Amino acid sequence: MMSDTTNVMLVGVGGQGTILASRVLAQLPLDAGLDVKMSEVHGMAQRGGSVTTHVRFGQRVAAPTISPGQAHFVLAFECMEAARHAHYLREDGVIVANTRRIPSLPILIGRETYPDDIESRLAARGADAHWLDASGVAADLGNVRAENTVLLGAFSTFLAFPEDAWTQALRTVIPAKHIELNLAAFAAGRRLTQR
Amino acid sequence: MKTLMSGNEAVARGAWEAGVRFASAYPGTPSTEILENMATYREVRSQWSVNEKTALEAALGASLGGVRTLCAMKHVGLNVAADPLFSSSYTGVNAGLVIVTADDPGCHSSQNEQDNRYYAQAAKLPLIEPSDSQEALDFTRMAFELSEEYDTPVLLRVTTRIAHGKSPVTTWERAEATAPAYERAMTKHVLVPAVARPRHTAVEERLARLQAYAESSPMNRIEWGSTRLGVISSGVAYQYAREVLGDNASYLKLGMSFPFPAALARSFISQVEQVIIIEELEPFLEQAVRALGMGDEHPIVGKSLIPRTGELDSRTVALSLAPALAAANGRPAVADRTPANPPTDGVDPEALGAFGTFGTPATGELASLLAPGRTAEQAVGRPPMFCAGCPHRGVFYELGRLPVMVSGDIGCYALGAMPPFSAMDTCIDMGASIAAGLGFQTALDILKPDKPKRTVAVIGDSTFFHSGMTGLLDAAYNDVGVITIILDNRITAMTGHQENPGSGFTLSGTPAREAQLEALVRALGIELVQTVDPFGLAQVREAIAVAMGSPCPSVIIARGPCALLKRLAVRRPACQVDQDTCRKCKACLRVACPALYVEGENVQIDAETCAGCGVCSQVCRFGAIKQAGAAEGGEE
Repeated sequence: MMSDTTNVMLVGVGGQGTILASRVLAQLPLDAGLDVKMSEVHGMAQRGGSVTTHVRFGQRVAAPTISPGQAHFVLAFECMEAARHAHYLREDGVIVANTRRIPSLPILIGRETYPDDIESRLAARGADAHWLDASGVAADLGNVRAENTVLLGAFSTFLAFPEDAWTQALRTVIPAKHIELNLAAFAAGRRLTQR
Repeated sequence: MKTLMSGNEAVARGAWEAGVRFASAYPGTPSTEILENMATYREVRSQWSVNEKTALEAALGASLGGVRTLCAMKHVGLNVAADPLFSSSYTGVNAGLVIVTADDPGCHSSQNEQDNRYYAQAAKLPLIEPSDSQEALDFTRMAFELSEEYDTPVLLRVTTRIAHGKSPVTTWERAEATAPAYERAMTKHVLVPAVARPRHTAVEERLARLQAYAESSPMNRIEWGSTRLGVISSGVAYQYAREVLGDNASYLKLGMSFPFPAALARSFISQVEQVIIIEELEPFLEQAVRALGMGDEHPIVGKSLIPRTGELDSRTVALSLAPALAAANGRPAVADRTPANPPTDGVDPEALGAFGTFGTPATGELASLLAPGRTAEQAVGRPPMFCAGCPHRGVFYELGRLPVMVSGDIGCYALGAMPPFSAMDTCIDMGASIAAGLGFQTALDILKPDKPKRTVAVIGDSTFFHSGMTGLLDAAYNDVGVITIILDNRITAMTGHQENPGSGFTLSGTPAREAQLEALVRALGIELVQTVDPFGLAQVREAIAVAMGSPCPSVIIARGPCALLKRLAVRRPACQVDQDTCRKCKACLRVACPALYVEGENVQIDAETCAGCGVCSQVCRFGAIKQAGAAEGGEE
């Protein structure tokens, strides 16, 4: 049984850089000589739809996807997406989530309203949730698009990889012209959760 | 040093390493990245074909001509290419030919979840199923050897999770390949009946030799664990089986699953107590296993437990197996689950002891897989929608207001079927809109000859080139008054911006001859051809009215670039709502634009998101939406 496997699910909205963040995360175990599998579904991601990626790593990883109830971590780039994927968490799973709210189609056309009690509902379920204003931190750094790396920085303190391994993974995956902003965003995110 | 590669990248890399020099495809999720990656290799001439049929015909021609060739398509694309597929089995190859079918269990982005393994059986071609990226690379290389050694095209099947899943890969160097010089071989390549008959015999003989190869192919292997349970599996399903059962089972892991290695399977089954066939979709392996007739001695289960619909995951496999394993452990047997309704509610704790174990309770990963499912939080869904600045928005806004039947097609514009537009009646297959619209129009004409409703076919530029042209020729030839709107957004958008014959560029980015839609549709016999700017609602409305005024088949070309296409991007100032003029009627929300949102009583426009297309301003009857810097808004 592959009980040493760590399961991280990254969820967000098309355009938020969820897949790029997943590639950074998947690079870490690869650099550490571990087995890793990452699964993403393309298709309608650019059209405002939900984007979900699965990253699993350990000594030997078989299945490419995480099943409901199996995730150690749900990393949510958007508030409602955290709620929509909370059932993927294990009993002892952790949510690290951006507080940003992006309305979806039914909300935009006035048929639904954006739920305003997501944080309290997840708390009522006993979910170990860490809410962060990653978009605000990224905006302060000059580019809200770096919110993905801020969130990754905040999440980095939950895993055992050392900080320089993360920096190395960022340099491997992120194009050179964006690396300085992303390193700053990562450091700022990491400060949010460092204990 | 290993690198992380998707299955699609690995297939392209493997083909390159095998010395491939020509590759062809029509884009389709989840296969598209295979050719996009092939195009990065200088040694390979890679092309987008207009459809899968021409892609495979070109590939077969190149193979006969003497260069190793790869041809890729999504599962439904192989339906389009089925004609040359069956013929290629008879002609055989010269240089190696590998055909990739990317199946989509779970319909992540497809109109069905057909299991293309049956194509290998039907066309009598060897079938290869990698189960991770390393196998995708290695098996692709081996497939080219196999193709040449047995004079056969090889069908390589990936599924969405293999194609788009990434895992570590060790790569190799490229080895140039040489095939015998081309020689005319009338008795092999000219499939007239007198040639085809003996070729069928040759194909059957080849199949027998391929089966002998499958028995000892390194792609097929046995992994021994507990012999109380023997799993037979292939592709990604093998990974789920491994995840759930680990070393508590033995595995017959099939990388080459057709022709079925019967002797290997017999040997495996004879050494295990019970057999479970774990495969996605159809009982393809199960039928072959059951035909061995060993079920009396070694109980066999498959689709009676494992769902036949949708894609598998570890939890589905675990929950499906629990009752059978409990029964095997001497606990009361549980009735078969309904394949169409995979269990989601957790299992009786009694059954847990069955896993792994045949004795000890499930722990760790398995326990989490078997735990009663948490219910999902109630939250609003997030369906895909037209982007801000999408040229399709205005067309579907207008179509939704008309009493017409809308015959849809495959592309982003299928979103026109969704609320609030709800402006589509059918979406069938690539290119179907015009011919299906012709048929629907004919039915309307027959049933209500006095006052027939009109049918409007909507089709994208790339889909029109793919297989819409023939339907339009049908309409012109048979004089059926279907109105065709070609949504010409200058790119194949849905699959992520692939070039096409109308876009002006090839797959490798070099300038190309640009197919002229207006001239093309006129040449097919359409006399009423109108070109409109889809961002001008009045133009769209007027053109549809003119078309409806004519009983003849006609074409409207709605030409406006995809909002995400950078090279044709037009910078326009964002729109703003003048809250003093605004009557708060919210009619503008009916264009379902991601830039428009409600804040209290007011509709606001997010300037960052807004592309300034002005469609919302034309919907506002009070002129309350204006482009920043513009003098006037609404037009009605």
